[in-house]
Amino acid sequence: MLIFNQLSTYLYLALALFAIGLYGVLARRNLIAMLISIELILNAAMINFMAFNRFLAPHPAVGQVITLFIMAVAAAEAAIALSIIVAVYRKLKTINVEQATELRG
Amino acid sequence: MNFLSSLTTPQGVATIAFIMVVGATIAGALIAVLARNIFHNVLGLALSLMGVGGLFLYLNSPFVALMEILIYVGAICIAICFAIMLSEPLYLSKPPRNPLKIQGAVLGAGAVFAFLALLVKQTKWTPAPERSADWSIETLGHYLLKNYVLIFELVSLLLLVAMLGAIVLARGGRGSS
Repeated sequence: MLIFNQLSTYLYLALALFAIGLYGVLARRNLIAMLISIELILNAAMINFMAFNRFLAPHPAVGQVITLFIMAVAAAEAAIALSIIVAVYRKLKTINVEQATELRG
Repeated sequence: MNFLSSLTTPQGVATIAFIMVVGATIAGALIAVLARNIFHNVLGLALSLMGVGGLFLYLNSPFVALMEILIYVGAICIAICFAIMLSEPLYLSKPPRNPLKIQGAVLGAGAVFAFLALLVKQTKWTPAPERSADWSIETLGHYLLKNYVLIFELVSLLLLVAMLGAIVLARGGRGSS
């Protein structure tokens, strides 16, 4: 059995990417770094969809269509998040989430 | 059959290439999260996304692999570079990291990893019967414009709305035109 023809290889790899992304979201304080970590998490989800489609539910299109959908949503999310980050920097002169505390009571 | 001669077979070469792709994915992800310089983070993200594109090649879909490189590496990473240039200058000193927070993040991410790895290990996966062996781009295009046309249209609408929203937000919101 070849290593790249097993479902579990891809699942563990996606899991590692997800855990790394989760660590980034929890530990980093820079808004752009948190966005990068979220992209890693979305990529882990995409690998899972593609692997399940390839090995467990062999339909020629469903996994790829869902992956393309996630990609488009990620692109929209990145565009919105980056413009919010630029607006926040222009307003507060920082993109550190611990210093951007305007709404604190 | 010794180890070295097994490396020169097509399966051996494919395995070596797969291990390299996996290494690029994981190493890029680690750079993207751990490096202190935000620009190195973006480069690590690009490396990791290239690796994910390679994985999609191994998963039988070159179209999605190309879209991954085109959209993620070509569009999202470049957009992040622009945001970095428009926000905080890189030469400013960064506040020191809080070790307690780092430990908490390691603990949380490690716990999630351990739980999900246990879940993957325990589950018995049973494959569904094969429906069709035709994985070509033509088939994907037919599905995308026939069965899943709603998703296609929804994605285009979503991208349009997101683009307009991004323009409005980045220009400074309402009232400051």
